[in-house]
Amino acid sequence: MNNNATELKKGIKDGLPIALGYFAVSFSFGIMAGTSGIGPWQAALMSLTNLTSAGQFAALSIISANAPYGEMAAAQLIINLRYCLMSCSLSQKLGKNSPPIHRFLMGYGITDEIFGVSVCRPGILRPAYFYGLMAMAVPGWTFGTLAGSFSGSLLPQRLMSALSVALYGMFLAVILPPARKNRILLGVVLISMAASLAFSLLPLLRDISSGMKIIILTILIAGIAARLFPVTEEADEEQEASHE
Amino acid sequence: MNNIYLYILVMAGVTYLIRVLPLTLIKKQIQSVYIRSFLYYVPYVTLSVMTFPAILTATGSMISAAGALAAAVFLAYRGKSLFQVSLTACAAVFLLELLPLPF
Repeated sequence: MNNNATELKKGIKDGLPIALGYFAVSFSFGIMAGTSGIGPWQAALMSLTNLTSAGQFAALSIISANAPYGEMAAAQLIINLRYCLMSCSLSQKLGKNSPPIHRFLMGYGITDEIFGVSVCRPGILRPAYFYGLMAMAVPGWTFGTLAGSFSGSLLPQRLMSALSVALYGMFLAVILPPARKNRILLGVVLISMAASLAFSLLPLLRDISSGMKIIILTILIAGIAARLFPVTEEADEEQEASHE
Repeated sequence: MNNIYLYILVMAGVTYLIRVLPLTLIKKQIQSVYIRSFLYYVPYVTLSVMTFPAILTATGSMISAAGALAAAVFLAYRGKSLFQVSLTACAAVFLLELLPLPF
């Protein structure tokens, strides 16, 4: 029990940068929702139930175009398909006998950030930690949307600009420490960034949406890395043992 | 005009299914070394791809963004906490944008 409380607290602490970053991003989502003719409470409801950035931004143009519901479903499927990969990865981090209810609840909370932070913790993932992250991220995302919808000028531009790097700073704090200890991981990180840069600069590649780019590069680079540098069971167990 | 609440329901439903299905259907430890290795590398690739070069265009100027990137890489590499790295990156942007740069 005590153990769970500690994990929850740790999750809440690690969730703070997520909440800050989400607030900044969802704030601008709220403003855009307003200009697309969606009310503050409707925008907040969308944020609370979807908890996803790219999907929601895309939804705004789909809704203003009065597109068919099927088109909305297809767009969300493609944009959010990366969560499917993350969910597979997360399934391997849970304890064998963690009850199904945790899986249903945690599924709702799989975002790029919550996934990234939780999956890179060594050892088995405890749901309490995940809920701590969610307890920060969900209100940050929802209230940021509401605040942005109600008042686009609530926060000075300068502060919004500063908050917008919170998530990226957090990502770097997640991937760099293990990459420092493991040359293969460092190579994977650098190649991924270089490929991502190429995708944002080169003609044709540049036109691929960001969700699609993430899927393509993840499958390609993680697929090649897994073939060339398979992670052995021993290394895995070593990692888990060092955690305990 | 289609119903906004129905749109939200469709979006939320599709997105939730994508997220929850693998997590609930894959209960066993995957045995294949290849798939296990693949899933091990997934977050590192995904987070790297999302961070760079996107961070460079996230702020008001590329100078402040580059400053945030440098600060975050330095602190993260030294193993500082998520919170410290993240807030220092924000502070770097805030301070750099206070400077009267000619662009």
